[in-house]
Amino acid sequence: MTDVTLDKSPVDEAPVPTTGPLRQPRLPNWAPYGIGALSVALGCGIGLVAGLESRIQWGLIAAALYVVVTFALTTTVEGSRQARDRLATSLVWVSFLLAVVPLFSLIWETVARGSKVLDGTFVSHSMNGVITLQPGGGAYHALVGTLEQIGLASLIAAPIGLLTAIYLVEYGTGKLSKAITFFVDVMTGIPSIVAGLFVLAFWIIYLDMGYSGFAGAMSLAILMMPIVVRSTEEMLKLVPNELREASLALGVPKWRTILKVVLPTAIGGITTGVMLAVARIAGETAPILLLVFGSASINTNPFDGAQSSLPYYVYEQWKLGNEASYDRAWGGALLLIAFVMALNLLARGIAAWKAPKSGR
Amino acid sequence: MAKRIDVSGLAAYYGTHLAIDDISMSIEPRSVTAFIGPSGCGKSTFLRTLNRMHEVTPGGRVEGKVLLDDEDLYGPGVDPVSVRRTIGMVFQRPNPFPTMSIYDNVAAGLKLNGNFKKAELDGIVEKSLKGANLWNEVKDRLNKPGSGLSGGQQQRLCIARAIAVEPQVLLMDEPCSALDPISTLAIEDLIGELKSQYTIVIVTHNMQQAARVSDRTAFFNLAAVGQPGKLIEIDDTERIFSNPTVQATEDYISGRFG
Repeated sequence: MTDVTLDKSPVDEAPVPTTGPLRQPRLPNWAPYGIGALSVALGCGIGLVAGLESRIQWGLIAAALYVVVTFALTTTVEGSRQARDRLATSLVWVSFLLAVVPLFSLIWETVARGSKVLDGTFVSHSMNGVITLQPGGGAYHALVGTLEQIGLASLIAAPIGLLTAIYLVEYGTGKLSKAITFFVDVMTGIPSIVAGLFVLAFWIIYLDMGYSGFAGAMSLAILMMPIVVRSTEEMLKLVPNELREASLALGVPKWRTILKVVLPTAIGGITTGVMLAVARIAGETAPILLLVFGSASINTNPFDGAQSSLPYYVYEQWKLGNEASYDRAWGGALLLIAFVMALNLLARGIAAWKAPKSGR
Repeated sequence: MAKRIDVSGLAAYYGTHLAIDDISMSIEPRSVTAFIGPSGCGKSTFLRTLNRMHEVTPGGRVEGKVLLDDEDLYGPGVDPVSVRRTIGMVFQRPNPFPTMSIYDNVAAGLKLNGNFKKAELDGIVEKSLKGANLWNEVKDRLNKPGSGLSGGQQQRLCIARAIAVEPQVLLMDEPCSALDPISTLAIEDLIGELKSQYTIVIVTHNMQQAARVSDRTAFFNLAAVGQPGKLIEIDDTERIFSNPTVQATEDYISGRFG
């Protein structure tokens, strides 16, 4: 009985054509995954047979195979337009994977090697009096230095950068604002060593001040300022003009409009921008090398005497060239990455918390 | 508390481009005046010159006189900020402040200007929301963000925000163009109620709306693209819609051009 009813169903009465003006044969939905698995298997196979040692070569072979096989298969089955579509899709995926692999590899390597030494002692002790050939010691002095230097740099750069961006977006018209935009762009391209040399020439050689964390902070501020200006500018431009007009039409003066309407609306993005700028300067080594000098002992006063910093610590330990200091270098690198990541998470948290709320 | 506006020989520029030229008219207190005319004829520009919002646009410049009860808005030493406190404005698209709650949106004009007493604020917010016919809909969620309201409610919130600072004149730039017929009706009713206290000027593209809500209607037109917009005529709404003196007005209203 069931067979009879099925036979009489309209679908069977008029058989659906597999091709037609609106219908083309399609690869099954699992095809991309299947081709992916096949390419990886083939890539490993070819790598083994040809005796290639590097896994990166295996991966590249698999990636190339994936793109080629997808394109060939879709051309024969689905036609050339779909083939081009799939080619673009597979290229995007392959590029994404190629971009992500080094990142994960870097994090994996740093965590694996750095976690060997990263413990309570490492973050609470300096290198003062430690024999560098032996394990022990820590990066506390470098952590203190980094915190103080980027703290001071942010104190200098964030307000100046913010106010510059506010000027450019809210007030600036004509030649002055064009000139400022131009010089901010130029500043973005300044190599960190040049910023360091500038402060070295001005502060230490000309004004005859000593090495200090503050000198380093000044050069970091030079590097940080254009990033803050740029990101804040973009965020302020995103604030709809209607909000400014609404506020002005209520008889609110312009400066209050900026302070109470424009900035609160953009504060999430501005915070993210400042935090990213902080993360960027936290990894600078060159200005520290020139201006803070580096030190093995704890110096909590950033205005007087040599300090260390995490990127400098990594460089210094690596240069010593023995097993124990290699371990310490990786530990310092891990600490630095963790610090920057924490800053990023903090920025995202603030951005989400401060973002204009919608909802009923 | 409503004031009359007398405009004479007003011209407004965007940079060197003359947008409206030689406009003279009187706007009566405690009445609704509607501006109609084809797109680009300078209705909104003219409206914005009435509370000095035109000069907020980069390059915006005004010549001529706008008298608010004998005081020239463009006279020397006149602070645009105090002009805007006296002459409020509602915009085409609802624009509540996204960072503020419904309560804070209504109180924004007072809070941002810093001249309020905390004890009076609750009363003013309630009065303004009632004035904008929104109180019953939002009284239980005053602390929720204003952007969570529907479009029509947001527009009434903006009206409440504008009347909370107790202006003498209320300018409305196509306040219903983004709204559905029911919200439009709510706002038209509101305009009818508000005119007992305020001088209201409304720009609209909706001829029926102009006929429904306004006491007087002004027709603007421009000779050609690139030419400045001009005031063609202003008269009692009834007369404009039944027996206008200028042929162009009749053509526009009956839909024969534009």
